[in-house]
Amino acid sequence: MNPQRTDAGAPAHEVDPVDRADAGERSAVASARRPFLLIGGGIALVVVLAILPLLAIDLPGVLPGPTYTPGTLQLLAYAMLIAALALSYRMMFGLAGLLSFGHALFFAAGAYGLGMTLDAFAPVSWPSELIFVGSIAVTLVLGIVLAATVGSLALRVTGISFAMVTLAFAQAGSVLIRRNPGGTTGGDEGLSLDIDHVPDALVGVVNTRNLYWLALGVLVFVYLVVLWVERSRAGRVAEAVRENELRVRVIGLRPYTVKLLVFIVASVLAAIAGMGYLLLQSGASPRIATADFTLTLLVIVVLGGVGYRWGAIVGGIVYTLLDQRLTALAGSDLIAGLPAVLRVPLSEPLFILGTLFILVVLFLPGGIAGIPQRMSTGRKQHPAETEEAADA
Amino acid sequence: MSTLLLLIITGLGLGALYFLVASGLSLIYGLMGVLNFAHGSFLTISAFLGWEVGRRVSDGTWAGLAISAVVGMLVGAVVAAATEYLLIRRLYERHIEQALVTVGLALASVALFEGIWGTDPIYTQKPEWLGQTTEILGAKIPNDRFLLIACAALVLGGIVLFLQRTRYGLIIRAGVENRSMVTALGIDVRRSFTIVFAIGGAAAGLGGVLASVYYGYVSAHLGSVLLIFAFIVTVIGGLGSLTGAAIASVLVAVLQQFANYYLGGTGDLVVVIALAAVLLVRPRGLMGKVA
Repeated sequence: MNPQRTDAGAPAHEVDPVDRADAGERSAVASARRPFLLIGGGIALVVVLAILPLLAIDLPGVLPGPTYTPGTLQLLAYAMLIAALALSYRMMFGLAGLLSFGHALFFAAGAYGLGMTLDAFAPVSWPSELIFVGSIAVTLVLGIVLAATVGSLALRVTGISFAMVTLAFAQAGSVLIRRNPGGTTGGDEGLSLDIDHVPDALVGVVNTRNLYWLALGVLVFVYLVVLWVERSRAGRVAEAVRENELRVRVIGLRPYTVKLLVFIVASVLAAIAGMGYLLLQSGASPRIATADFTLTLLVIVVLGGVGYRWGAIVGGIVYTLLDQRLTALAGSDLIAGLPAVLRVPLSEPLFILGTLFILVVLFLPGGIAGIPQRMSTGRKQHPAETEEAADA
Repeated sequence: MSTLLLLIITGLGLGALYFLVASGLSLIYGLMGVLNFAHGSFLTISAFLGWEVGRRVSDGTWAGLAISAVVGMLVGAVVAAATEYLLIRRLYERHIEQALVTVGLALASVALFEGIWGTDPIYTQKPEWLGQTTEILGAKIPNDRFLLIACAALVLGGIVLFLQRTRYGLIIRAGVENRSMVTALGIDVRRSFTIVFAIGGAAAGLGGVLASVYYGYVSAHLGSVLLIFAFIVTVIGGLGSLTGAAIASVLVAVLQQFANYYLGGTGDLVVVIALAAVLLVRPRGLMGKVA
């Protein structure tokens, strides 16, 4: 499932010098070094991403402009928030095997929650910083309460029924947002961010750079939490529940508690990504609460590769960039000149993404992140897939 | 009294629409374990093609509507069977992937429909009688509700007859009950998968044409809206149970109408709460088999 998992438990720095003389010395050293290489690579990647706004890298066709321009930074920040959200979704779907159709609810809860609390605090004459931090705290608490409520109810059923209950709750949330109760959610037009109490550094096109760093921070934070949960004992139990729930019960563990924990953590992470989204977009649209948005997340996670943590990140970034670039392509002269048979499908980004998704599911079960392993082992199927096929 | 009757009959009409979508979903899930997200797309494409053919032959007449219905059913059946044959069959026994493929198909097809027919609803013509109302016990009831109820009843009767009286129906019923046993007896259940998809697609296709009469327009999102309610109906009724789907469609739609009228347009929310309640009290649904 996870390429790093085998190394995870290896006590890298505790390798006895005497043991190194053994025949297995080389492989032991190699496997002890790998985590450091990965951690080093990860830190290097984050540093590169962090200094990106200070550079002028131009990738024609991939990015709309040089990396220091607000437009590009906005797009990249959005991609990273979506990646963070996809990462939290992967924790539920990939780690614990919980196919939820309601993840968008928590993302929307974060975005709308923060926006509405800021509105609610607007008349209060406290210092702005206090109100901003206070609103974030209130939203987090709301997110935890919502996640615990929905999770404890939905997890009483499993499989498709679980998917349906989560879908139902998300649908209820979506309907509520569109109904615009008491004029608080803005209905179909969406909610715009009240910037009175938002720190100046996070407002305006000039400060897109700060929002970009904020998004990067959210992504790194979500990644670390997901890593921590996956490596924890609860994470292992969640993984075991995915593979064989009955056996976990027989051993004497309670799957419900663990699944609820994973559900709550993933949902709160989604709410955090949602808050980042509100600040980045200076508002929230009802689209982010719909079932379609959750389906998009599912597409992202599967496109990137369910078996890999970084698959969700790659999927999120690739999807967002593709979506944006394909929209740009759809409006280009190149497409407009084509005959209708080609022009109509090619001018619909979702059509291309949907088709791509079908092809990935059919022919590339490991997703994008599974490609290196498929090439190195030459296996036609990802190892995780064979198990799923067997117990179906 | 007249309001009550109006709400009940309108609810029945809407329930008929839900049933046309949910019957196929429920059969497909019961036999194959596939949650078909593309079912809404079958409905939408049938509605569009039925409307395109119907309006060219004779717009806004009974003949035109009949042709639309026939075309819709044919298109639904063919598209559904092709989906099963080309996409679902390749992923035999891998339920999550099968559901994912239908998700992809739903996303891609809705985008394609938007590309071809635009994002705005296209208003349709219907026979004059369907736009009028009939007075029953003081309640003025729109006539198209009767058409919907009659069609759904015919479809329900037809599917029940097919399942009870034909050899394929026997295999399908046995397959829903215990698929491995049927396979062990030397019967190729997979052949009936295509048939179930075709039946479900035809029902959804008819539903699409009728939905365009009910709502008065066709749009690329016609299917997605109905699909969510059909899912709810299917789960409340019990996955795999046709009778359950029929009962649940009526219950859900009538409940929705009552909530919309008496509780200030909260029909959608009430339905969702009903789903949560049913799943918590009786997770297998009203008529579902024990999991």
